[in-house]
Amino acid sequence: MKPPVALAVAVTLALGLAACGGQGAVPARAAAKAHGPISIWYSNNPQEVAWGEQMVAAWNKLHPSEKVTGQQIPAAQSSEEVIGAAITAGSEPCLIYNTAPAAVPTFEQQGGLVPLNDFPGAVSYIQARTGPGASVYKSPDGKYYQMPWKSNPVMIFYNKKIFAKAGISPTNPPLSTYSQFLATAKKVVSSGAAKYAIYPAPTSEFYQSWYDFYPMYAAESGGKELIANGKATFDSAAGRAVIGFWQKLYAQNLAGKGSYTNDPFADGSTAMAIVGPWAVATYKGKVDWGIAPVPTTQGSHGDQVPTFSDAKNISMYVSCENRATAWDFLKFSTSIAEDGKLLSMTGQMPMRQGIQQLYAPYFKANPAYKEFAAEAAHVIEVPNVPNSIEAWQVFRNDWSKSVIFGQERPDSVLAAESAQINKIVAGNPNAQYGAP
Amino acid sequence: MTGITSPRPKFSPPEEEPRPSPRQSRAQRIARTALGRHPIGIVFGAPYALFIAVLFAYPLGLAVWISFHSYFFAAPGVSVPRPFVGLANYEAVLADPAVRQAFVNVLIFLVINVPLTVMVSLLLATALNAAIPFRAFFRTSFYVPYVTASVAVVGVWLFMFGSGGIVNNVLGPLAPTPSWLINQNWAMPSIAIYVTWKQLGFFILLYLAALQNVPKELYEAAEVDGASWWRRFRAVTVPGVRPATTLVTLLAIITGAGLFTEPYLLTAGGGPNGKSASPVLLMYQTGIEQNRPDFASALGILLVIGVFLIFGIQRLLQRRQA
Repeated sequence: MKPPVALAVAVTLALGLAACGGQGAVPARAAAKAHGPISIWYSNNPQEVAWGEQMVAAWNKLHPSEKVTGQQIPAAQSSEEVIGAAITAGSEPCLIYNTAPAAVPTFEQQGGLVPLNDFPGAVSYIQARTGPGASVYKSPDGKYYQMPWKSNPVMIFYNKKIFAKAGISPTNPPLSTYSQFLATAKKVVSSGAAKYAIYPAPTSEFYQSWYDFYPMYAAESGGKELIANGKATFDSAAGRAVIGFWQKLYAQNLAGKGSYTNDPFADGSTAMAIVGPWAVATYKGKVDWGIAPVPTTQGSHGDQVPTFSDAKNISMYVSCENRATAWDFLKFSTSIAEDGKLLSMTGQMPMRQGIQQLYAPYFKANPAYKEFAAEAAHVIEVPNVPNSIEAWQVFRNDWSKSVIFGQERPDSVLAAESAQINKIVAGNPNAQYGAP
Repeated sequence: MTGITSPRPKFSPPEEEPRPSPRQSRAQRIARTALGRHPIGIVFGAPYALFIAVLFAYPLGLAVWISFHSYFFAAPGVSVPRPFVGLANYEAVLADPAVRQAFVNVLIFLVINVPLTVMVSLLLATALNAAIPFRAFFRTSFYVPYVTASVAVVGVWLFMFGSGGIVNNVLGPLAPTPSWLINQNWAMPSIAIYVTWKQLGFFILLYLAALQNVPKELYEAAEVDGASWWRRFRAVTVPGVRPATTLVTLLAIITGAGLFTEPYLLTAGGGPNGKSASPVLLMYQTGIEQNRPDFASALGILLVIGVFLIFGIQRLLQRRQA
């Protein structure tokens, strides 16, 4: 072996061995009782940043010896990949106020989450705050690796000015049934009032189906999750109805197929959007909007139509050395007072029982949020199953192929897709994953 | 034709390596074998060797190891089983239609991008090498896209090639439906053209440097012989810059094999319907987004093998030509 080669091999082996050592995990038993400074991440939208900053400041004033450092979650295409990378590197903070329920099984598999059941009284605290709905967030081992925190019940936002221009009633538009919705959509486009009737992101990220298929599937199926008891549920009449509805929207160019650089609802390119209450603050002063529940075949009325929660939860991560402080802080940040501030500062719904009564003055002053608050009691969640993200990616890939681009008949895709997702959630390593 | 004569360089004969004396100790001989004649060279070379080892050799070795095991990223210190699975990850990669589609996409990219890059950059370099007005301005203009961040330039292209963009407005009824970047037939060619345009400045620079080494006498002789511009270009310029063409081709192939930013940004993650996904983008999606680094590593190793194969074939063809 030539000397330089020998040197390179020696260095490589040395590095390999060094890497095997790694950083040791934080001793769980000692950490669970430890108090001291901690760090947290929260979302990066201006409303949540403002809420996070005031909450951290309030805590630090009361607990100078257990200082909390808050920061926005580092920017990336999705929070999930940032958190996943941070877990691998051991650089995650104690608490993240932006944990997507769909990613929790992956983070659990990585060994990155602390079961909240480790803390005395945690289960009763979670269940008392959220009510029976909290059980949805239990993992298959019966533990809570996430604290249900806030939801954004997804509904249809429509632009009143565009509707009026198209000759559609802006106060009571016909959007209840699929046929009404399609007729309204055609009217919007054919009148030239807007280029598209609706424009959910047509891109292939795994989470995009939460904003087109899933809310309507929740409504049409009467509140079924994508996967129940380890089996996909969408190869059903409800699934076919939703898919057929969207296929018509795309085939008739009523929904946009291209990725859009701006917000098409804000700039008037589309008349409708599928969004949660966060949108109220976002579109304030930009769009004169109205709100409607997602449609169903038979017609959806009122504010009790099941829809997707678009929840974000709080999880505690294993690199946390002062977990007792983290748990105290988590309770502080989900107290009645802080939940009220979250509601008033962000418009998002704390996952707390009886918010309409508890924060009645707020809803009286801000009636726009009333329907979202009512919907918050009827939301469904993404299934808490192993390999959840892969399952959603497979679903999205087939959705693109069959619904958006009409390459294959959706009915013929459904059975195969269903079988593939069943394999993935069962943990079959040879199931096909892939990308769009 | 004017002959070119150059004085023969005067080299001093290399010093003969002194033979080890029989009395030289064994330890000295071993040290000399390991460290070479000039041990100081190792000190100079060590930083780069370390760089290669840390950033290339170790990750590559780890990727090979991961590709033969059931592996997912875990928190430090967390003990998880990582059983040896043989070729299962490779089988899964090869059986995945998304992977096959990604390799087809790269092939389409290379078929368009490589010849286009070579032809256009050589032609433009030849033009910019001639005495044309505003030469400095043109040289700078072609180089600007190369040094501009892809994220910024992609934004401009999204506007230009959108359904209501300037390109479709100019083309009118000839514009494809759906528009370029969401059209399954046009998405990958659009990316190939974008990358060609973006990288053009760099390749023009390479050719401009190569053109300085083509003897002017050859052009003069060809002109005296009555060769047309095209004939001079084919008979003098093209063979004269052949080493640069080899380099340009290699770099263009490497760019194609490592394609990521453009499908990630321009077609929003390899759309429409995976028709612009590249293997590297798939590696990112499966490895990072879906925490399947074993699958992603197997795909990466296959990609490395593929690139080496292309290089091998290219070198073989070059040798035959030579």
